[in-house]
Amino acid sequence: MSFTVNGIIHDPELDPDMPLLWVLREVIGLTGTKYGCGIGYCGVCTVHLDGQSVRACQVRAGDLDGASITTIEGLGTPDAPHPVQTAWIETQVAQCGYCQSGQIMQAAALLAVNDMPDDDQIDAVMSGNLCRCGTYPRIRAAIRRAAAATAPASAQTDEA
Amino acid sequence: MSLRKFTRRALLVGSAAIAGGVAFGVYLGRRTPENPLARDLPEGAATFNPWVLIDASGVTLIAPHADKGQGVMSVQAALLAEEMDLDWGGFRVEFGDPAAAYWNTALGDDMLPFRPDDESWLANAGRDVADLAVKTLGMQITGGSTTVPDSFVKLREAGALARETLKAAAARRTGVARDDLRTESGAVLLRDGTRIAYADLAAEAASVNPVDMPALRAPAEWRLLGKPMQRLDMVAKSTGTARYSVDLTIEGMVHAAIRLSPFRSAVRSHDPSPALALNGVEKVLSIPGGLAVIGATSWHAMRGAEALRVEWEPPSYPASQTGHWQRLEQGFTKDRLDRVWRDDGDASAATQSSDAFRAEYRSPYVAHAPLEPLSAIVVIREDSAEAWSGHQVPREAQKAVAEAAGLAPEKVRFHNQLIGGSFGHRLEVDFIRNAAAIAAQMPGVPVKLTYSRQEDFATDFPRHIAIGRARGTVRARQVAAIDLEIAAPSVTRSQMGRLGLNVPGPDSQIPAGAWNAPYAVPDFRVRAYAVEGLAPVSSWRAVGANGGGFILESFLDELIHQAGADPLAERIRLASDPVTRAVLEAVGEMSGWRSAAGKGRGMGVAMVSSFGVPVAEVVEVTATERGIRIDNVWVACDCGPVLDPVNFENLVQGGVVFGLGAAMNCEITFADGAVVQRNYNAHEGMRLYQCPSIEVRALGNAEKIRGIGEPPVPPTAPALANAIFAATGQRLRQLPLHHQIDFL
Repeated sequence: MSFTVNGIIHDPELDPDMPLLWVLREVIGLTGTKYGCGIGYCGVCTVHLDGQSVRACQVRAGDLDGASITTIEGLGTPDAPHPVQTAWIETQVAQCGYCQSGQIMQAAALLAVNDMPDDDQIDAVMSGNLCRCGTYPRIRAAIRRAAAATAPASAQTDEA
Repeated sequence: MSLRKFTRRALLVGSAAIAGGVAFGVYLGRRTPENPLARDLPEGAATFNPWVLIDASGVTLIAPHADKGQGVMSVQAALLAEEMDLDWGGFRVEFGDPAAAYWNTALGDDMLPFRPDDESWLANAGRDVADLAVKTLGMQITGGSTTVPDSFVKLREAGALARETLKAAAARRTGVARDDLRTESGAVLLRDGTRIAYADLAAEAASVNPVDMPALRAPAEWRLLGKPMQRLDMVAKSTGTARYSVDLTIEGMVHAAIRLSPFRSAVRSHDPSPALALNGVEKVLSIPGGLAVIGATSWHAMRGAEALRVEWEPPSYPASQTGHWQRLEQGFTKDRLDRVWRDDGDASAATQSSDAFRAEYRSPYVAHAPLEPLSAIVVIREDSAEAWSGHQVPREAQKAVAEAAGLAPEKVRFHNQLIGGSFGHRLEVDFIRNAAAIAAQMPGVPVKLTYSRQEDFATDFPRHIAIGRARGTVRARQVAAIDLEIAAPSVTRSQMGRLGLNVPGPDSQIPAGAWNAPYAVPDFRVRAYAVEGLAPVSSWRAVGANGGGFILESFLDELIHQAGADPLAERIRLASDPVTRAVLEAVGEMSGWRSAAGKGRGMGVAMVSSFGVPVAEVVEVTATERGIRIDNVWVACDCGPVLDPVNFENLVQGGVVFGLGAAMNCEITFADGAVVQRNYNAHEGMRLYQCPSIEVRALGNAEKIRGIGEPPVPPTAPALANAIFAATGQRLRQLPLHHQIDFL
């Protein structure tokens, strides 16, 4: 069995029941993906699997063969942040920051398929991600900022 | 804040009672605690005080207050950098070692039963004595919204002193008088434009004579403070590179999980075999009050802990939630009277008549539930120990490891970490003790204990429950009398008891938010009853003001409606000081206040003062066919000057979300002796789609600077319940509200 994480091939021997979350954090050593609830209810472990946002605590290692996974570390880096990360930094979204990897991965997945989401679409897609510090107003603002920064010029004209 | 010096006079005022039997005297009080940065100072490095270290590689600022998301790492750094003329970000920031030098100078101010606005001789003398006790005990603590009031003067002084010392070093090197030098961008500048970087002056600065304390710069001269700042942790927290204690790895480390008694009792018997039979489970260890499992990964260890078969001793509190409420209901008795906290006029006589309005309110246990679960890494060696975790009272964490290791505290190196939310959770030391109890059985091996979410919920010490009973009367369309009784467990005695401290005297957290309410009701009494035998409880963001504020502000709203008055106008009329009146007027203006907002819509207002900060909030809701939708919230508050308007807005909005979420649907209940809610599906809080528009404003009329982490929370629940009444006519007197009404 092998799969890629942020473009790198991994083929560790794993208990098939082990959740992807713990494979990332404690086998591969990528701790940007967080453990929050273990039941798919908080969203702090959100990653992209074959381009889709998933809760890493709900994906079994045994189902990973051939999968392509992107984590927050693969989305962008401090020196070369993804546009969603740039929007997060500029909007100063984080308080404790623990949920923000998951929020950003969820938002990036949304913007990848919908470059100008409306408020209802943002609410619908982002509501699986809890933030106990209550940064929701800034999460909404950062998504709008990222959308405005990445949308094609024609869309911006239409919007105006 | 005022710079009071403790005086001999102050020492005469009940010092023994306040210090809880700890002996201290003038000598101890005057002694300056050791600078921890001076302990292992390398050659060529200089430290001028416990907050500033300079060596050839640059400037390191120490931010000893724990950062659990409230942004205090940046605020502490900004206070130092302002006076030191450092460029923003042109320095390192570390949390520092646990040390008495980092005693909290603002903590003592709120320890005694004086209202924050009480500036009487007795109140100030009492605060002086309390401050001295905190200093003598070396209490380094992040809590009570004290980081800014603690740091505001002393960190700027530390920065100014460092700057002048560096100038003195440059003066010695160049022969130019210190007064002819200035500083800019981390360097001393000569008149001819020559720059000498601070780092280049470290060796010399270490040996110059101490300089006198310079005057602090006026706010008008500030470059950083009072202006929007870019928090130092934003890049790391937006790229997954921020490291919390749960993310750390230490060479040779093993993973542990835990199964603690859901009854907070001892293990009666256990069978480890179902756990040991699982792949990846390495061993099962006994610790006080539970069992620990060592596994190949945290997941293996958690799975093992879940599989253990254990029988526990019974709990010391009622097995069912009904039993908890019954014990509180029976708590309103003379022998449990903790204190009569307020007795203006004659509320007893004024509310005797049969037409007095009566109501009862309930506030439940609530979990802290930050998203980062509890964790700690501990290694115990033969004559030393080391620990890594995030903690609000790092010297207590250090002590907990020392006790488990049988070592003196100074033999334990505690590395404080960034915290992924706390809300008071990490004031407790149980998780450090548990990690240390495992590590003590595996000498030389670093043990990383990570709580599963289920264990984190099941063993949390929640916010205390409370019942409020109120009687009141109205006269001539005005509120005339309020007689309030609150029964609750003493959170202070419960929490301090776990640290081995016996706190004498009544507990101001039982009536907090009510007894200190800045309202001039002619007949106004508040009595508190301390009820024993309930679940152990702890400080939950804003502590007692949540229950007390809900009770008083709900009841006041009911009385105002009885009087036929306007909920906002009557509160403005009752406000007993101009700062409070101004926040109420401001929130009215911001919200375009209207008591009748239209069919199915309603506005509710509440004002609660906690930690010296009055916060007025208006909540607007719509009653839809599917439930209540929270549309808008307006917040006006006064914490004195605001140091970072961006972080201020984020914290206040976050406090509103946190408080509204809890008011809607969060509670901890007990069944068969154990906590029922074990994950976010049963204790959810607010989700993004439920988040209203939240507009905030700081007025800045208050003279003293205060913290803003906690005060926005208490008004949320009563403002929401009052808005629901305005929209539906339904009065909700028990939290969480979702038992009685649906939310979208």
